[in-house]
Amino acid sequence: MTYQFDFAALLPYWPEFVHGLWLTLQLSAMATVLGFIVGTLCAIGRADGPPAVKWAVAAYVEVIRNTPLLVQIFLVYFGIATLGFRIGANTAAVAALVVNVGAYTCEIVRAGLESVHKAQLEAADCLGLSRVQTYWHVVLRPAVERVYPALTSQYVLLMLASSITSQISAEELTAVANRVQSDTFRSFETYIVVGLLYLLLSFVVRIAFWLVGLGVFVRRRKLGTAL
Amino acid sequence: MQSFGLAHVEFLAWAALWTVGLSAIAFVGGGLLGFAVALLRVSANPAARLAAIVYIQIVQGTPLLILLFLIYFGVAVIGFTGVPAILAAGAGLTIYASGFLAEIWRGCIQSVPKTQWEAAECLALTRWQRMTRVILPQALRIATPPTVGFLVQIVKNTSLASVVGFVELAQAGKLINNSIFEPFTIFVTVAVFYFALCFPLSTWSRSLERTLNVSRR
Repeated sequence: MTYQFDFAALLPYWPEFVHGLWLTLQLSAMATVLGFIVGTLCAIGRADGPPAVKWAVAAYVEVIRNTPLLVQIFLVYFGIATLGFRIGANTAAVAALVVNVGAYTCEIVRAGLESVHKAQLEAADCLGLSRVQTYWHVVLRPAVERVYPALTSQYVLLMLASSITSQISAEELTAVANRVQSDTFRSFETYIVVGLLYLLLSFVVRIAFWLVGLGVFVRRRKLGTAL
Repeated sequence: MQSFGLAHVEFLAWAALWTVGLSAIAFVGGGLLGFAVALLRVSANPAARLAAIVYIQIVQGTPLLILLFLIYFGVAVIGFTGVPAILAAGAGLTIYASGFLAEIWRGCIQSVPKTQWEAAECLALTRWQRMTRVILPQALRIATPPTVGFLVQIVKNTSLASVVGFVELAQAGKLINNSIFEPFTIFVTVAVFYFALCFPLSTWSRSLERTLNVSRR
């Protein structure tokens, strides 16, 4: 092996890497928050909506879960363009990621909703809670609390999957890597560095979710166990 | 300008065959490697366990796209040039699949009740016999539905092989789009192909889950 590693060639590009890292975080954070909202609403619709809504949500979930994210990204990016709207690559990237992760979130949250025991609802009724109160305190929050670890894994995967948006030239970390390697011809080094950055990022996202969990699920922290 | 027609659909159908082929390579390769890693992960040797954990964390913590680029440029670094795209893509997807399958199968092996391990030990089976005669046959039953489910992920992720120049379904769609620019029709058709490949697998995985009576975690 005669290859000489030269990581120093990448040093001048550190502001670009930081910029890409920051955009990756922003894209993932936005997609996570919006995807959670979309997914939870869909899960509620799937569980307690009228038949038409149930059917529509089921179709949405199946279509998204059985087609690649790359194709979904192309469809959103080019599809919206053919409809006559001009949107930026970053907006299209977030939109595609939200549509994608919304379907997965829906399935996960639905599993949580189904795990709420019927006796809990009867108990809430006996306590005189209103429908909305019951749904919020007895159904939704414990459901999300139970599936929180699964959601965390899903959103880490989402952060990693955001690399695919480089294919429509959203300027996130992978796109920066592609540009830097074609500038420096130090392809192997570039992707090693970026791979490590993603690894770091996936730990950061896990820790962030753990901290958020500590803050949101107070009962879990006190009891030391999920419901 | 030419518009989207039957010839294009035929081109996509051929590309779909490459997608299936690449998925098969990734599943077989990833299955073998993943099985070895899963065994290391539950082995009695702490060093082997640690190595397996590190491997799984690295594979699951980096995007497949980066993994593919690393392999594609990495083989050139080692000194091989002109490696066919299918080998580079196959190797990348194999590593990706092995990291996830190892973790899935570890869960299945460890979910075999502890009493079974103890009973096997009481019967004076060796470690190897205990694994092959007692634990793995039971773990296999638990492992089947999530493994079929993961096949769907593999099929979908072969779409990323386009970045190392492998012409499969997604790349074929991109090529057609470059020549006639009807993105909506083309990518909907591509999506329909993927759906036709993946949906039966998803349905199969779910029905296995029911018939093998494995409750969802």
